[in-house]
Amino acid sequence: MSPLGTAAQPLRVAIIGAGPAGFYAAERLFKETELVIEVDLYDRLPTPFGLVRNGVAPDHQKIKSVTAAFDRIAGNPRFRFFGHVELGSDVSVDELKEHYHQILYSTGAQTDRPLGIPGDDLIGSHPATEFVAWYNGHPDYRDCEFDLSQERVAVVGVGNVAVDVARILCRTPDELLKTDIADYALEQLRASKVREVHILGRRGPAQAAFTAPEAKELGELADCDTIVPADEAALDPLSQASLAGADRAELRKVEFIQELSRRQPAGKSKRLVLRFLVSPVELIGDENGRVKQMRLVRNVLYATDAGSLRPKATDQFETLDVGLVFRSIGYRGVPLPGVPFHDSWGVIPNAGGRVLDADSREPLVGQYTAGWIKRGPTGVIGTNKPDAAETVEAMLADAREGKVLSPANGTAAAAEALVQSHNVRIVTYDDWRRLDALELSHGKEQGRPRVKFTRVDDMLAALQES
Amino acid sequence: MKVRNILATKGGRVITIAPEETVRRAVALLVEQRIGAVVVTDAAGQLVGILSERDVIRAAAEDESIFGQPVSAIMTRAVVIGMPQDDVLAVAHTMLEKRFRHLPIVDEGRLIGIISIGDVLKTQRDAYQGEIDTLETRIIAAGE
Ligand SMILES: Cc1cc2nc3c(=O)[nH]c(=O)nc-3n(C[C@H](O)[C@H](O)[C@H](O)COP(=O)(O)OP(=O)(O)OC[C@H]3O[C@@H](n4cnc5c(N)ncnc54)[C@H](O)[C@@H]3O)c2cc1C
Ligand SMILES: NC(=O)c1ccc[n+]([C@@H]2O[C@H](COP(=O)([O-])OP(=O)(O)OC[C@H]3O[C@@H](n4cnc5c(N)ncnc54)[C@H](OP(=O)(O)O)[C@@H]3O)[C@@H](O)[C@H]2O)c1
Repeated sequence: MSPLGTAAQPLRVAIIGAGPAGFYAAERLFKETELVIEVDLYDRLPTPFGLVRNGVAPDHQKIKSVTAAFDRIAGNPRFRFFGHVELGSDVSVDELKEHYHQILYSTGAQTDRPLGIPGDDLIGSHPATEFVAWYNGHPDYRDCEFDLSQERVAVVGVGNVAVDVARILCRTPDELLKTDIADYALEQLRASKVREVHILGRRGPAQAAFTAPEAKELGELADCDTIVPADEAALDPLSQASLAGADRAELRKVEFIQELSRRQPAGKSKRLVLRFLVSPVELIGDENGRVKQMRLVRNVLYATDAGSLRPKATDQFETLDVGLVFRSIGYRGVPLPGVPFHDSWGVIPNAGGRVLDADSREPLVGQYTAGWIKRGPTGVIGTNKPDAAETVEAMLADAREGKVLSPANGTAAAAEALVQSHNVRIVTYDDWRRLDALELSHGKEQGRPRVKFTRVDDMLAALQES
Repeated sequence: MKVRNILATKGGRVITIAPEETVRRAVALLVEQRIGAVVVTDAAGQLVGILSERDVIRAAAEDESIFGQPVSAIMTRAVVIGMPQDDVLAVAHTMLEKRFRHLPIVDEGRLIGIISIGDVLKTQRDAYQGEIDTLETRIIAAGE
């Protein structure tokens, strides 16, 4: 047998999940000049790019354009995209082990964290993850229903996702028309009765998880006044002290928030109220089980041993009338069948990207992880690059030492035959390029950057026709 | 970013030593495992102290016979402890300010890991690098 990593016997790698982490991992693998490496990149959706397509806000088109860099990676002759193939329902880990030397899981964080308060499950209370996936046209969420006839909305959490959600709710139809927001979402948001959106932070401005540019953008909406109560924008002494060691970005964020708090409302038709030091304790429903109010408790901050500032409830409560609630307190990974899982953190247990056995905590041969499912749901698109690079370094080191799986059918043809044997219509990268061209041309017809396919059946039918 | 995001990729096995073990054994452990500090736990698994390279050097400078003594004789007992939900930014600030390099992490009374100042700085560096890499990816994309 020829040595592994040569033209005769390439190192064969399956990457599961075609988000940024998957693409950056492929890119790093292809940079390796001493080994010949083949990559099959799987995704359960027919479309690549993960949250860049289905998470990043449609009014941030410039950021979505990073996909052109991923297209280049996909142009490598040793790269194949196996879209519309799900690990779990279509192929299993055991099958992959028979066809690849290494498997990398980069499946991201597919679900949300619950608030765990009474009333969380009332009608009208939704995870932000679902709303985000809905307005971005994710096929699994396109049929979700959100009652946009409500005037007052609460968004729980002050991360960038909470800001995205609030911003989309407060944009004018004209602003949204310039985006690739799903067409049904555009229609429903056009008819939206939402007038007031409350973003609720449990700690103070200095601990807000959103970043400075996002804070600034909140103050620049066409027809929405952004309001921050002055007493909540003020810093307590502990926060003040914590800023002594902060970098410029942190300081700028706090400055923007305080600047917003000094503004006089300009009488625009919508209001976005940014609140701090409040935690929801209960959602109250009407007789039909629909949310009508949220009970909030005011918090004060205290310092932990290690110096981080945490919220502590006081005995002051208030009630907010809201007809729609989005909890945006973080994403959460889901377990993959046959792969170890750290349940309380929602990640795959790993050491520097090497997947660890759940019991022995020793590395499993040939199994790796990168991206949100590796480190948790944090970081921007580019954060997945150093993250994936760390994992790929481990993969290459192991490959050089011969610590790889021993696939019985380790060829490209055998892997494709395996997937075909499960009767799935593999969507290749060329197929995706055709879908992409169709979406762009549908967009052009309407004067929009893109009009997305939002049903898998429509995508497959379009491929059949073209 | 939270401490749990650092721990997530560290494997989660914590190297510990019992307080009655010798300092010699502890030093060997530090070398073997290539770590700068070892958490000291009692028979019930409760954290009772931490022994760092610095603790050893400081004690050895005063008394050359410490290597045969129990770990409990020279360990630091007043250990600052972190939680998985602590902010990395705040922890970095505290570690630099109070000048300690290792932070044991305890969750609901259970020792689940230890992070070093190196881990914290690497995480911060990766976060900045991530911003740069996002921009770089956008530039590559625009170059087409
Ligand atoms: C709402 C939102 C907005 C964001 N906006 C920005 C922004 O403006 N700028 C920025 O830089 N970052 C932004 N981010 C962060 C960025 O999107 C993430 O850092 C990044 O997408 C994480 O990459 P990933 O590859 O780990 O996961 P993902 O992007 O989630 O990719 C995971 C992929 O795995 C696939 N998958 C899952 N399970 C399976 C399975 N069983 N079989 C096969 N495939 C599977 C999924 O379909 C998906 O395509 C945003 C994140 C969110 C949630
Ligand atoms: N434009 C962009 O660049 C962009 C856009 C979207 C997302 N992203 C990135 O994607 C990642 C995920 O974003 P995210 O917004 O989902 O997560 P995040 O940044 O972790 O924010 C989560 C928010 O929820 C709060 N929270 C958590 N538990 C809570 C509880 N029980 N009650 C009340 N509040 C609670 C957190 O507060 P505490 O801090 O107090 O825990 C925090 O404000 C981030 O790294 C983000 O930067 C980037």
